[in-house]
Amino acid sequence: MSANASSATVSGPPNTTALPLKTQLRRAERLKKLKYGALIAPLALFLLLTFLWPIGALLMRSVENPEVPEALPQTLHALAGWDRQALPGDAVFAALVADLTENKGSRTLAVAAKRLNMEEPGFRSLFMNSARKMPLEPGVAPRQALLEMDPQWGELATWQLIARNGRAYTDYFLLAALDMYRDGAGDITQADPLSSIFVDIFARTFWMSLIVTIWCLALGYPVAYLLATQSSRVSNLLMIFVLLPFWTSILVRVAAWIVLLQQGGLINMGLISLGIIDQPLQLVFNRIGVYIAMVHILLPFMILPLYSVMKGISPTYLRAAVSLGCPPFRSYWKVYFPMTVPGVAAGGLLVFIIAMGYYITPALLGSPKEQMASYFVAFYTNETTNWGMAAALSAVLLVATMILYFVYNRLVGSASSGAKPR
Amino acid sequence: MNQAVPGASSADSAPHVSFRGTQKTYDGEHLIVSDLNLDIRRGEFLTLLGPSGSGKTTCLMMLAGFETPTAGEIRLGDQVINKVPPHKRNIGMVFQNYALFPHMTVAENLRFPLAVRKLSAADIDLKVKNALDMVRLGEFAKRYPQQLSGGQQQRVALARALVFDPELVLMDEPLGALDKQLREHMQLEIKHIHQSLGVTVVFVTHDQGEALTMSDRIAVFDQGVIQQIDSPEALYERPANSFVASFIGENNALHGTVESLDGDFCRVRLDCGAEVLARAGNVAGAGVRTMLSVRPERAFLVNGPAPSVNVFAGAVKEVIYLGDHVRIRLGLAGSHDFTVKTPISQLDKSLQAGDQIQVAMDPAHISALDAPDAATAM
Repeated sequence: MSANASSATVSGPPNTTALPLKTQLRRAERLKKLKYGALIAPLALFLLLTFLWPIGALLMRSVENPEVPEALPQTLHALAGWDRQALPGDAVFAALVADLTENKGSRTLAVAAKRLNMEEPGFRSLFMNSARKMPLEPGVAPRQALLEMDPQWGELATWQLIARNGRAYTDYFLLAALDMYRDGAGDITQADPLSSIFVDIFARTFWMSLIVTIWCLALGYPVAYLLATQSSRVSNLLMIFVLLPFWTSILVRVAAWIVLLQQGGLINMGLISLGIIDQPLQLVFNRIGVYIAMVHILLPFMILPLYSVMKGISPTYLRAAVSLGCPPFRSYWKVYFPMTVPGVAAGGLLVFIIAMGYYITPALLGSPKEQMASYFVAFYTNETTNWGMAAALSAVLLVATMILYFVYNRLVGSASSGAKPR
Repeated sequence: MNQAVPGASSADSAPHVSFRGTQKTYDGEHLIVSDLNLDIRRGEFLTLLGPSGSGKTTCLMMLAGFETPTAGEIRLGDQVINKVPPHKRNIGMVFQNYALFPHMTVAENLRFPLAVRKLSAADIDLKVKNALDMVRLGEFAKRYPQQLSGGQQQRVALARALVFDPELVLMDEPLGALDKQLREHMQLEIKHIHQSLGVTVVFVTHDQGEALTMSDRIAVFDQGVIQQIDSPEALYERPANSFVASFIGENNALHGTVESLDGDFCRVRLDCGAEVLARAGNVAGAGVRTMLSVRPERAFLVNGPAPSVNVFAGAVKEVIYLGDHVRIRLGLAGSHDFTVKTPISQLDKSLQAGDQIQVAMDPAHISALDAPDAATAM
């Protein structure tokens, strides 16, 4: 009797509902998931509207190319199927005349002319002058008329350029951001070294960010260690000094660095009066000045992740290593340092990525040779209103950073996966 | 448990470790260890037992080299090691939270001390394998510490402290983080490893059961001073002073004044007027105040003819059934909380609260000790 009772309780409830256990679990969890979802929904929506959507829209600008198709629809229609080897036929010239006549004096045409002018200087006047002479007198052959207006209409390159920009999307800006372009036949070609600047700028951006990261690590690691191991009284005081830079704006700090570092600044005057140097050192408006200020500004971003990781590492590990016969310094390197790798990874990544986007500091403290990628993004947005180029530079920077992040994560992530302090 | 104190035969040989007049203070005002003199015999299992803050861990840390004594010296063999840095002392150590390196596998953890000593790869592999087999964790060599249970981590820590064949192993409350059952199991395991290897072990704990189970000798610490150092049996049966009596095991305390001291025994007049014959502990002579200490299992209910001495009448206040034995709480000889522990087989089933009974105690099992001052007396 008791055996029956116990077997009944064991196999009781599931039989009645006949639902798989997983389904039951999912149903039970659904409400909880909805609640969590509701909690983060406002922030998610905010980020979507103010962050992801604008970024996406901006990045789209790097491939969008609507100007020419909007201004010359008939020409492009007539050009469809053209082999780009010889001048197009009369029908194309007629279509161009029709487009120019239709859009004469409109903004659409001006924008398209400006767009083509980016790739081939002189196109704006070619377009605007030709449009001004529209409409043609009746009976004049369009081909003849255009060739008379400007011999450039008789060049193959002119038509190749129009045909190349005939689609709503282009890789022109992205290629330009990598110092490449498409030649007349549409093949990707390296730009000649004299006009190549962006690859160098990206390399410079990476290099300077790397140097800043290394300096931040070298200077921040001992401070973080001190913070994590000193008594709370000492470490609180130290922490205030670490966080002090956050209390003033970047602009103020950069201005302060100029005052300190300039030719007649505090540091140069001090060194001269101490007799260490005779001539003032060039400390600002060059790379040294940019490094000094960037390391200073980014140091807390290195120290804080390091500190939080080190705080969780018990000093017993070092004692254990020493008790096993390992000399103190080697113990530190073999046992303590590997456990801080997650902090090094986080701090390094944070500093590197922030440094990659630095604009103000190099702009104010550096010479033209210190300007990083962001400077040129700003230049194209603010001064030439070439949104395509600004977006393409941003996109290249973003992709390069992401690739770097994944490589880095592979290297550091696998090294630190086993090193989670209890 | 009547055999001679283990390790006593080697007592005449030179001590393995000796503390001489060792002192330690952290703030320059209070001594955490004051004037410690302690000889540790080669091959013995010595436990430092005491409440927290009694100085036992500080002693261990001074021996390991992580703390420097402010006065006195510590010898390892015939070498004074005060100035020897910890990594050159060749002392194995097991830490409270194991301190296994989380970024290394079990095998790498064990390899660490051997690689530091620059052993050949073949030697290292052999020693690591033997050490892992010793703690029965051979198949866990490639795991990371956090993939192991608490007991397994404990055993890895033990193997790591022993793998480089140190002659002295220190253990700082290594079993504190384990649950009761596992702790008891590990106590025996550590004891057996100690017996088979013959290393000297210095073990720190605040758990008296642990100390009694494992040790050859126990040093009881309080306020930076060793109160008594003795075999577990002697410590329990013949406590040297009232602190040891109340710190180790259960204890019935009776208060009175010494009337006469006669060799090993003395007569004590209790505050309630009764007279008791007791073993003389650390009482100075006639006329001093004393605390009598009786273990609950050493007092027994009188069923037949009463013995000639130390028989007291008392009233049963409570009978507590505990399966294998019964505890009887009595009002007796001026104490309101006198406990008698009786095996279930010797119990009169009809006993209940309010009954008047007689309790007898063997004079050899009553210790007349110093009277703790009012502040520490319960």
